[in-house]
Amino acid sequence: MKFFLRIFFLICFSISANVIASDLIMARSHLSFSEAMTNLQVSLREHGYTVARVQRIDVGLTGMGYKTDMYRVVFVGKTDEIKYLADKYPQMIPYLPPKVSIFAEEGDTLLVTANPIAFAQMVDDEKDRLIFERWESDVYSVFDDFRNAE
Amino acid sequence: MIKFIGLFFLLIASGVANAAPDGKALFNKYCSVCHGTEGKGGVGVPLSLPSFINSVSDEYLKRTIRLGRPGRIMPAFPKLSEAQVNAIASHVRSWTNVPAVKFDPTPVTGNKEHGKEIFLTRCALCHGADGKGGKGTGVTFSRKRDLPIIAPALNNSGFLASASDTMIKNTLIHGREGTPMVSLLESGLTENDIDDVVAYVRSFQQIEKAEAQEEHYDAAIVVDSPYSLEETVENLKQAIENQNFKLIRTDYLEHGFVEEGKENKQQVVVHFCNFNFLFEALSIDPRVGMFLPCRVTVIEREGKVQMMTINPMRLSKLFNNDALNEACKTMTETYQSILEDASL
Repeated sequence: MKFFLRIFFLICFSISANVIASDLIMARSHLSFSEAMTNLQVSLREHGYTVARVQRIDVGLTGMGYKTDMYRVVFVGKTDEIKYLADKYPQMIPYLPPKVSIFAEEGDTLLVTANPIAFAQMVDDEKDRLIFERWESDVYSVFDDFRNAE
Repeated sequence: MIKFIGLFFLLIASGVANAAPDGKALFNKYCSVCHGTEGKGGVGVPLSLPSFINSVSDEYLKRTIRLGRPGRIMPAFPKLSEAQVNAIASHVRSWTNVPAVKFDPTPVTGNKEHGKEIFLTRCALCHGADGKGGKGTGVTFSRKRDLPIIAPALNNSGFLASASDTMIKNTLIHGREGTPMVSLLESGLTENDIDDVVAYVRSFQQIEKAEAQEEHYDAAIVVDSPYSLEETVENLKQAIENQNFKLIRTDYLEHGFVEEGKENKQQVVVHFCNFNFLFEALSIDPRVGMFLPCRVTVIEREGKVQMMTINPMRLSKLFNNDALNEACKTMTETYQSILEDASL
């Protein structure tokens, strides 16, 4: 049994070694902005997240006379987790809900978000840090969906 | 039998670990988001220029991937394996199919004082007097695509650790076709003069080390309010307008997560924006949008009212972009002024 466990951990290590953590998580899609935006929202919902609001940054800028490409900010989260974190860690409130930037770059569309792990240091309960680890895993998964969408 | 099955899995695992890395796939995963799938640039600088690829060594490319460019957006990738880094460098090299140039690692000796004089008259216009490079990110948002490539930061520790003296000298001698970087030899300098410039560029290394320091910032800016929640929100709106920001909307933290009317009314968020500042911030780094628009949350807990915002100086570190620090410092001071004004 120990032998199998060792092999299991070896496989797990060889897979996890390919995951590179960074402060910002980014992805590029060759989809047009509108298709990419739809793809992002579908993937977020499939991962169990609520898209609470979409802030149209480009519309605000254009309205004030600036020339800009499509640029939106998506406010996203899981209701019970947002409530829980805001209640237990009020210092986290300015960072809630998490946001994802989506913007056009010529024919491509880019996604950017802060790595949720960057915010885990704001909580002192190990159990609660698991929330951010799961968010990070979900962000990578959603961004992979986005990157691979055709 | 069990051990044989175990050995089978072990072989699969080692096969996963030892399979030759796919440079194109790795580039697409880690690099293309900034540099573009074909290296034409975006948030990051263009890489596919033949005069660039053909004049840098593989060692330069690999060290650049490993070390990044501290403070210049390009992150370091210390956790990629040697095989993965090699594969990415080979993929970049494949865009021109020209064999990699190799440079003699022997340091170039020269008179750095004389080199400084030449640098200030010939190089500083693009690279800055202290070698900090051109402004902005790659070719998106901050600049039009038909503008020349941004002058690299020659004083950057990542650059200095990646480029050998002879590589720098080679660039000074030949220039970079398709960029504003001209040949200093053709423009009248001697090889000795160029050695002096190399010595001056190399001297940036000491300055960079002396300036390196780590600062710590609180995650949030929090100010207590002596007023009720409703009064605080009104004071806050007035303070925001006093700072020439435009109020966008006021809602609750739980807006969009729970049915309208059932939100926690003791967590009020005021959203606002200064579009001129926003445009400037996006020009410095198009990724900052995820912390926009500006907002202050007013909360009431156990009879105590507090106003709180993100601390832009804390967030600035996430972007590895020194050019953003000044804007974040301004925004931090503005947030502090607004909160103090609203609590008076």
